[in-house]
Amino acid sequence: MKPDLRFNFIADMQKGTLTVRREFAAKRQLVWDCYTKRELLDQWYAPKPLTTKTKSFDFREGGHWHFAMIDPNGTHYWSRTDYETITPIDGYTGYDSFTDETGTPNPNMPRSHIEMTFTDQGAHTMTETVVAYTSAEDLQTVIDMGMEEGLASTLERLDELLVKLVA
Amino acid sequence: MDKYQEPLDSLFHALADPTRRAVVQRLVEGPAPVKELAAPHDMALPSFMKHISVLEDAGLITSQKQGRVRTCRFNPEKLAAAEKWFEQQRAIWASRFDNLDNLLTTLQGETDET
Repeated sequence: MKPDLRFNFIADMQKGTLTVRREFAAKRQLVWDCYTKRELLDQWYAPKPLTTKTKSFDFREGGHWHFAMIDPNGTHYWSRTDYETITPIDGYTGYDSFTDETGTPNPNMPRSHIEMTFTDQGAHTMTETVVAYTSAEDLQTVIDMGMEEGLASTLERLDELLVKLVA
Repeated sequence: MDKYQEPLDSLFHALADPTRRAVVQRLVEGPAPVKELAAPHDMALPSFMKHISVLEDAGLITSQKQGRVRTCRFNPEKLAAAEKWFEQQRAIWASRFDNLDNLLTTLQGETDET
């Protein structure tokens, strides 16, 4: 069994932010390397069953990472992270956007600001990622774009949610 | 008290209160004027209106004033869409971090051998 590593996920609809905290059983330098070296990023960044493929990588202020997450059918989902400030090995800030294969951002999708922080937690490392959309409206746009399926089961889902809350 | 672990912070906050849950449950049946919604609850109208505005801010309901009557409506799309999106985001991050755990274990294994 893996050690019990803390994972917190906070969504704030009104501010348009997601705050994700996760502990890792490794020294800060190693976790930092995994976030900031292309050959390491390619080994973990995409959630399963997708894989990560880096097209270009330049980790410096003003540089960017252009990459695709590839699903099992071979569909490429292109993104880029533009690095704004970098403070090894404490953290970095930047912007995430959805792009095409050439790295041109999709004008219909809001970009998000990201702030990564790495802190020692004994022999472990705590990371915090704050993803911020410019406004609640931008976040709503992203949510709406992600919603292509019908909403037929909505009331059922509300019932489940209410049951959970009352319990 | 930690608020985290909740993928739907503002929605959960909105629904964490019994008065607000009762309002939403009533509105699921159909639109209703504020006066009717407030009737079963033993509180002053300004306090009740605060609950209404929390639900509106969370996007769970909308309200519209016509003459002297403010009518509230349930907004199901908002709840379903936001809930789904947050669950997806949470799953993406959880999977990504599991990958990173495995990579870190591998990398530390290599270091130990040298």
